[in-house]
Amino acid sequence: MESVVKQKVLALNGDEAVAYAVKQSDVDVVSAYPITPQTIIVERFSEYVANGEVDAEFICVESEHSALSACLAASAVGARTFTATASAGLALMHEILYVTSGCRAPVVMAVANRALSAPINIHCDHSDSMVERDCGWIQIYVENSQEAYDSIIQAFRIAENQKIMLPVMVCLDGFTLSHTLENVHVLPDGTVKNFVGTRQFPLVTTHEGKNVPLRLDVENPMTIGPLDLPDYYFEHKRQQEEAMRNAPEIIKQIHEEYARISGRRYGDGLLDSYRLEDAEIAVICLGSTAGTVKTVVDDLRNEGVKAGLLRIRTFRPLPIEGIIKALEKVKAVAVMDRSMSFGGHGGAVFHEVRHALYDAATHPHVVNYVYGLGGRDTSPSQIREIFNDLQKILETGRVKAPVQFVGLRE
Amino acid sequence: MFSEWKFTIRDIAEKPDLFMSGHRACAGCGPAVVMRLVLKAVRGPTIVTSATGCMEVVSTIYPYTAWATPWIHTAFENVAANASGIETAIKVLKRKGRIKQERIDVIAFGGDGGTYDIGIQALSGAVERGHDFLYVLYDNEAYMNTGIQRSGGTPHGAATTTSPAGTVIPGKPQYKKPIANIMVAHNMPYVATASPYYWKDLITKARRGIEVNGPAFLHVIAPCPRGWRYDTSKSMEISRLAVETCVFPLWEAVNGEYQLSAPSKVIALRPERKKPVREYLKAQGRFRHLFTPKFEKVIDEIQRITDERWQRLLKKCGMA
Repeated sequence: MESVVKQKVLALNGDEAVAYAVKQSDVDVVSAYPITPQTIIVERFSEYVANGEVDAEFICVESEHSALSACLAASAVGARTFTATASAGLALMHEILYVTSGCRAPVVMAVANRALSAPINIHCDHSDSMVERDCGWIQIYVENSQEAYDSIIQAFRIAENQKIMLPVMVCLDGFTLSHTLENVHVLPDGTVKNFVGTRQFPLVTTHEGKNVPLRLDVENPMTIGPLDLPDYYFEHKRQQEEAMRNAPEIIKQIHEEYARISGRRYGDGLLDSYRLEDAEIAVICLGSTAGTVKTVVDDLRNEGVKAGLLRIRTFRPLPIEGIIKALEKVKAVAVMDRSMSFGGHGGAVFHEVRHALYDAATHPHVVNYVYGLGGRDTSPSQIREIFNDLQKILETGRVKAPVQFVGLRE
Repeated sequence: MFSEWKFTIRDIAEKPDLFMSGHRACAGCGPAVVMRLVLKAVRGPTIVTSATGCMEVVSTIYPYTAWATPWIHTAFENVAANASGIETAIKVLKRKGRIKQERIDVIAFGGDGGTYDIGIQALSGAVERGHDFLYVLYDNEAYMNTGIQRSGGTPHGAATTTSPAGTVIPGKPQYKKPIANIMVAHNMPYVATASPYYWKDLITKARRGIEVNGPAFLHVIAPCPRGWRYDTSKSMEISRLAVETCVFPLWEAVNGEYQLSAPSKVIALRPERKKPVREYLKAQGRFRHLFTPKFEKVIDEIQRITDERWQRLLKKCGMA
């Protein structure tokens, strides 16, 4: 068994932590277009290339659409590829997000979460990545810059796993994480290089019965991205879903393998809970808000309130069984959504958690709080209000308003 | 700058096809001839990427393919971005010893929709960045894949389903965008025009585009019997008339220096050989409405603009 490796501590913001992890991951091609609050990632990576600190090529493209298109095609040739974006940039990539997962290209992308226009706003919410939850990418939401660093390294392994072969999106809260300095423990270069390894290719059988690597290889010509009509398309889409179903166990294994080297764990890699074992009331959230929730949970625990937190780290694939199990003993749950599904009666995380719980033996009360749109700050006192609401639900057994807004001017 | 690659029709016939028969293109398809000829020009291992369009659709209906070389399609507007990624990946994987071949060439194919219109941003960006690849525009002058809708490459007066020959408006009111000149304005090393009738000229230019260091752009006129409304046996004849009427002159710009290619140079030297555009137009049903008293003046306008563009080209070639 490997032991925890001695690590340097660097003062890095979230974007820098991402760029540093990419540099260490033996990446071949990075193609990106700058957009706030992702910009620092491409700036730092450009510096690494300019200073010869990384053996990779950086393609500074003219749009996010081309950024992902270039990564996808480079990945098809056999390169390990990375891109990063946010907000409108991710929306512009929308078409190619589906093409990337459909071509089974293991591209890794960082998303510095930012609100969508209009009105234009550069600050954090999850509208950009939530709207892409059905595009066939694995989505990991991180709590801090340390986790951003760790998750990028894990993401290459996850994406390139032969049983997965799907692109991975690592989402970090814009500004809150992307621009805030933290102490980040970084592994030695060689350790990361060993961990990610060199890219392997699944073998596919040709019409001549030959097993050849799935890539654009001049010795084994292959057609990638053909016209797929009603007689085959559906089966290909089902294969993507099968890959998603394979993913949770492999994500957990890779997370555990990394934890043994780094000494850092985020729950089981899918769900990260905090003081949830005996909790009666709990908050569910994604990303950096979990940090604020933890301090409130501690305060409430000191007051004798059985409060807890469940942070969903891997939102795609959604760990349904884990969510059911984690909430087994909880009586009232508040789901926090940092995006809107207009006209959908609550946010996406709320919908999906409620959907997951339908199969549970007993259902806690589940309510929804939409918060922090366009970067609005969410304070510990507001989180406390949410827990207070949950306690009232416990006392009365009644839900007054299933969907509410947090910190909103009425 | 270019190797002296000499070839005969026999060499070309014997060279294995990389764009193979069995694809589902229409009878008389001009673009299919263009694909086949361009791939006869390869000098070694080559990766091809295609924009969404007729040629992508007819050549790759799963589980079949007409491509005997690695080929990828991802979307409509991004083929030049794909080429950027492919070329860059080859460069870095070669450096890291993960690709053994000394050289792999990259060819991108786009139709007029994928080039003049929705794909021009990605194309302009890729050329500005200087990626080493050949971009081939097969120009059938409308969105044929979706059923003949006008594009920036559709000529003035042509009827399409979105620029119909109405009782008031006689086909497309606008003029064909001078795409090859726009590419020359990028200060790229090699730009040329070609016609499949002049197959040797086309293959030579495709080879030069492959050989040149940096981006190359080859604009090929590619008649479409369905969209242009002519008999399927006439594609080569029309490819020839386009050149003989100077509607589509053949030229090269090497490092920005324009020079006429032989079939057009002959006309420049002996202007009496220049045929009236009327001959080209009357061969095609898409211009049929112009041969009516009401709209006949459009033919004069097409002649005027053709002459004007020809004169401008002669000036650039130092032959005015």
